[in-house]
Amino acid sequence: MAPVSTKEDRLLLLGFAIAVLSGPVLLAPFGAGYPDLLQKFAIFGIFAIGYNILFGLTGYLSFGHAAFLGVGSYTAVWSFKLLTMNVLPAVLLSIVMSGLFALLIGFISLRRSGIYFSILTLAFAQMSYNLAYSVLTPITNGETGLQLTRNDPRLLDAMFSVPVGQGIPSTSLFGVSMIGWSGFYFCAVLLILSFYLALRITRSPFGLMLRAVKSNQNRLKYTGVNTRTYALTAFVVSGCYAGLAGALLAVTDPLAGADRMQWTASGEIVLMTILGGAGTLLGPVLGAGIIKYLENIFSAFNHQTLHNFFSFLPDAVEKPVVGVVSLFVGEGWELTLGVMFLVLIVFLPGGLMEGVRRVRLRFFAPPTLRAGSATESGSRAMPGQA
Amino acid sequence: MDAIVLQLLNGLDKGGAYALIALGLTLIFGTLGVVNFTHGALFMLGAFCAVSMQMLLRISKQVKDTSVTFFDSYTDVPYLQVWFGDTGLQLINYAVPLSILLAIPLMLLIGVLIERGLIRRFYHRTHADQILVTFGLAIVLQELIKSFFGANPIPSPAPALFAGSANIGAWIGLGDSVSYPWWRMVYFAFSLVVIAVVFAFLQFTTFGMVVRAGMRDRETVGLLGIHIERRFTIVFGIAVVVAGIAGAMYTPIVTPDYRMGMDFLVLSFVVVVVGGMGSLPGAVAAGFLLGILQSFASMNEVKQVIPGIDQIIIYLVAVVILLTRPRGLMGRKGVMED
Repeated sequence: MAPVSTKEDRLLLLGFAIAVLSGPVLLAPFGAGYPDLLQKFAIFGIFAIGYNILFGLTGYLSFGHAAFLGVGSYTAVWSFKLLTMNVLPAVLLSIVMSGLFALLIGFISLRRSGIYFSILTLAFAQMSYNLAYSVLTPITNGETGLQLTRNDPRLLDAMFSVPVGQGIPSTSLFGVSMIGWSGFYFCAVLLILSFYLALRITRSPFGLMLRAVKSNQNRLKYTGVNTRTYALTAFVVSGCYAGLAGALLAVTDPLAGADRMQWTASGEIVLMTILGGAGTLLGPVLGAGIIKYLENIFSAFNHQTLHNFFSFLPDAVEKPVVGVVSLFVGEGWELTLGVMFLVLIVFLPGGLMEGVRRVRLRFFAPPTLRAGSATESGSRAMPGQA
Repeated sequence: MDAIVLQLLNGLDKGGAYALIALGLTLIFGTLGVVNFTHGALFMLGAFCAVSMQMLLRISKQVKDTSVTFFDSYTDVPYLQVWFGDTGLQLINYAVPLSILLAIPLMLLIGVLIERGLIRRFYHRTHADQILVTFGLAIVLQELIKSFFGANPIPSPAPALFAGSANIGAWIGLGDSVSYPWWRMVYFAFSLVVIAVVFAFLQFTTFGMVVRAGMRDRETVGLLGIHIERRFTIVFGIAVVVAGIAGAMYTPIVTPDYRMGMDFLVLSFVVVVVGGMGSLPGAVAAGFLLGILQSFASMNEVKQVIPGIDQIIIYLVAVVILLTRPRGLMGRKGVMED
């Protein structure tokens, strides 16, 4: 990894902040300039940044991160029910709760590495999911999902005698309603903060240690470093990120269901991180944005829109084309996701950021540099600790 | 006593399914060194072999119903019945066992295609990459099935001969409360036969000997001039076939839908890990063990003591085993122990 100056980092952060805050304008031409979708970009961006701190830096492939997302959501909704509709306590409590949960699971799971770690995290996530559906129904409200009601106690709100309007109250930040654009900007600011924190972690000596865990854990152990502490810290931090994302999901839509904890959700976050480029800073955010965007577009397609889209073709050709394409859109959006996933891992395991890097090297770098970096990208394919 | 015998029996067929899937997973891991997350989806594909066999046999022709005289009425009569009469109906009745005939060549073909087309590129990549690529493939297979067969479960009944329950309690003098569906018994026997065939194949044929040698030391076998890669491709195919027929025969027990593979996959991995990575007898033993354990955990008496235990028992066992004895029940020392 090339040494990066603080100045470049500041520029990166500034550029990122501007891009995120001007998202409504920038993405409007793509039909994504509305708060519901942009919020999702930001929330899953946070989730992916956090996941990347674990998977991208230390190389531990967790298949259970959705559990932390779920814990975050449940905590936030309970905070709305019991304490106040203000989002700050909800967010803070969620981060703390999912952090504690991650500490517990990480402490046990990190006794093993490689595929065993993946299976352990998967086992814990499945346990949480199954319990949320069965025994923990008093806390999670089972299949219906946890919802707000008008008669919730909301102790803090009652103490400060916040006026209760008609119907179910909406989430707010000191009186500013979190519905619509203000909700997006709240998520956006938190996304920028998360990105800043991830940037600092990556550039710090601690981040260097995490990357050392990925490249050769044994050597690190021989030099007398207790690698588990580092990995556990990374695990907890990424758990906190997931909790934050879960809380924000509840902020923008105060409802929590166990399906958020299902292992397909864990798979999705892995996919986002890989699509963008695991181990890079911008990659995970990019991956999360792209997947949520495509999901939004593709699942909205139906037979009629396809028909219109391909109407320029002659009838005999159009029918089969529409038939094949309709497999991949609408209900079949997940098929597109799977195919994308396969193609990506086979041909571009470094993700989009790797692709960008290759293109830049190919066209914008002096010839001497090209030869040098060819070996560097080749080393990616070497077998190593999973 | 009755309840215990009943739960023991209930665990056997589920354990059989776990054992068959875990056997395939272990074969693949032991030969190719690949962690195959697609295996659950292959089990599901097998189940849909049974579904499509049934649809195939039931392709019908509209025949005018002569018993209705006032107006023209048509009923669907399967071609098989039109052609062969009662023999045809019997064929339809036995759609599920017959689907094995469809499943074996089809799954073998799919297995070889997957291995040659995709898995081969991943021998020298990290385990994480292998997990991810097979996971992606699992999503693709699952979604393809969803787009062709829809998201709803499609029932495919067992042959009428095996439809009822056996009154096992009366046989062994325990009273009438212990009854066990015939088809589950068939499935248990079937799984034992398949396991025996696979083991015999590996133990008593030259091909099996080479494969076993290759599992021990692939390089040396290669140096002896044996094209071990090709054999391993066939082993992958065999593992896929085992998963496929396990799925096909399981359809009368659990109504297949496109998602069933994922549930079995997670559980089978747990089974493999508990049995010991790379140990075939371990996989089989752990499969039955966990199947039985799971059905015991779902007894009401147990659930009253520890609520929710039936939901998490298998994962709990996996966690305990992984932490205390990472090489599993029968794993060899040094194989994926870290």
